[in-house]
Amino acid sequence: MIRLLARRLAQALVVVAGVVVVTFAVARVIPGDPAVTYAGPRAQKAELEAVRQKLGLDRAWPAQLATYAGGIVTGDWGTSLHTRRPVLDDLATAVPASLELVAVALLGAAALGIPLGVLAARRKGRLVDITIRLLTTLSVSMPVFWLGLILQHQLSWFPVSGEYAADLDYTSPLTVYTHMTIVDAAIGGNGPVLTSALAHVVLPAMAIAAYPLGAIAQMTRASLLEVIGEDHVRMARALGFSERTIYARLAMRPALNPVIALIALVFAYSLANTFLVESIYDWPGLGSYAAAAIGSLDTPAILGVTLLIAIVYVLLNLVVDVVQTLIDPRLRGSA
Amino acid sequence: MIAVRELEVRFGSRSVARIDELDVAAGEVVGVAGESGSGKSITALAILGLAPFVGATVTGSVRLDGRELVGLPERELRAIRGRRIGMIMQSPRASLNPTIRLGQLMARTMRLHDVPKAEVAGRIDAAFRSVLLDSDLLDRYPHEVSGGQAQRFAIALVLALGSEVVIADEPTSALDVTVQAEVVDLLRRVREERGAAQVFISHDLAVIGQLADRIVVMRAGVVVESGPTATVLGAPAAAYTRELVAAIPRIGAGGRGG
Repeated sequence: MIRLLARRLAQALVVVAGVVVVTFAVARVIPGDPAVTYAGPRAQKAELEAVRQKLGLDRAWPAQLATYAGGIVTGDWGTSLHTRRPVLDDLATAVPASLELVAVALLGAAALGIPLGVLAARRKGRLVDITIRLLTTLSVSMPVFWLGLILQHQLSWFPVSGEYAADLDYTSPLTVYTHMTIVDAAIGGNGPVLTSALAHVVLPAMAIAAYPLGAIAQMTRASLLEVIGEDHVRMARALGFSERTIYARLAMRPALNPVIALIALVFAYSLANTFLVESIYDWPGLGSYAAAAIGSLDTPAILGVTLLIAIVYVLLNLVVDVVQTLIDPRLRGSA
Repeated sequence: MIAVRELEVRFGSRSVARIDELDVAAGEVVGVAGESGSGKSITALAILGLAPFVGATVTGSVRLDGRELVGLPERELRAIRGRRIGMIMQSPRASLNPTIRLGQLMARTMRLHDVPKAEVAGRIDAAFRSVLLDSDLLDRYPHEVSGGQAQRFAIALVLALGSEVVIADEPTSALDVTVQAEVVDLLRRVREERGAAQVFISHDLAVIGQLADRIVVMRAGVVVESGPTATVLGAPAAAYTRELVAAIPRIGAGGRGG
């Protein structure tokens, strides 16, 4: 187990190093002069030179790469040209907000999707199954921006923008611990903000959850049906176990692996794809930050977001490997 | 113990197995022979009431100690499966849940059939000793044991649950010859020590001949011949049986029989 972990960790580091090089290379080919972005459109030649020197843009690219890579390791991810704050500080406030949104969405999607998948598998070919398959296909193929807008306009009994009601800042100021509003409010015992934050997360989370919900339900159904056809299920029946026990427990564990892999994949995918939902619901997360960065050609910020998402993917893959190994003992031998 | 009458298994309108009469007494082994597709395995499933799970319909009668099993509600069948009728399957490792340790599976199955908690450990221990398995294996997952060990475990499970009827569906086919002999030996002991009635299904007449008191030969879903082992093997009446008997590898012929 420890050897497997060490090996996966080493592989992850190699991938992250590769991403650092690639993001650096991409930054060189993006059109637009970062010095102009930084100094403003009306800057004089001499000012631009000074900015170039300050940002290190006048040096040869291997030296720039070395500085960039060194900075990433030591926690200096550059300064945003747009906000003029260190990129890492910007990310530290944006990421938790997105994580919170995506986590709520995926928890809901899994809590509903897995039971739906089990139900569809048990009633395979019946009306219940057909209905669930129809609905999940719909929910998978729903364009997220369209769903976001529809929910915003149709479900008006939930708040439609922001993380919590802004006027609460005066009456019940929130102490920030994690930058996740729900968590912070819960830790600080701030009831009004907690209630408001929970209400605010509903619509954007629903918009994000639509795809994962359908995908999780369909994957659970398919995976479970495959396992149900295996010899050990016939044996379980021959031993007298009930269908309920077989579907909910005995066949569930071996069937869960592809579902977990999917959840992790969708998690990373959703984190990188909250752009539209976050901008519709004015959610101060990574998506809003990235959208602003792209809009203003803020190279350090774009690189920061790219690198961060790469790291999240790699870490999630690592977590999936470990969790799958814990669930399915067959994987333990093969590292 | 088991009395089968006019049993017919159908997929839709197509009949895949028909047995007019089959009786297995306590302590008796009846071999069912035939090539794959002859309806042997579906017959085994039908006796356990498991045929509907593969989409088959069953008519006729299967009686266990006089009690009709065909048409019995699923809940009552479940109490019989595993406890009174045990099953041993062809692929020993694949027939064990990959996420459950062998000891856990045994304990859970016993709890399912209301074996008193105080008895569980003792029964497991005794069953493992009967099949000559090391108790270290209780902590192993199915993929961590050999096919032969897994099949001995399946026999231990039958012993621990105290099944009066054992249905063994090609229990030796996935094993190599030396392990086959061990498994046949163990099944013989199950019969001698427990007096269980056994239905031993195999395509391999040679293996059946080592164990069965009587043999039923099936082909394309119907019984072509049945009788005492010595008669069926020594003086087969049906042409098909003669073919099967002729196919038995002789000593030195190097046949693997699997």
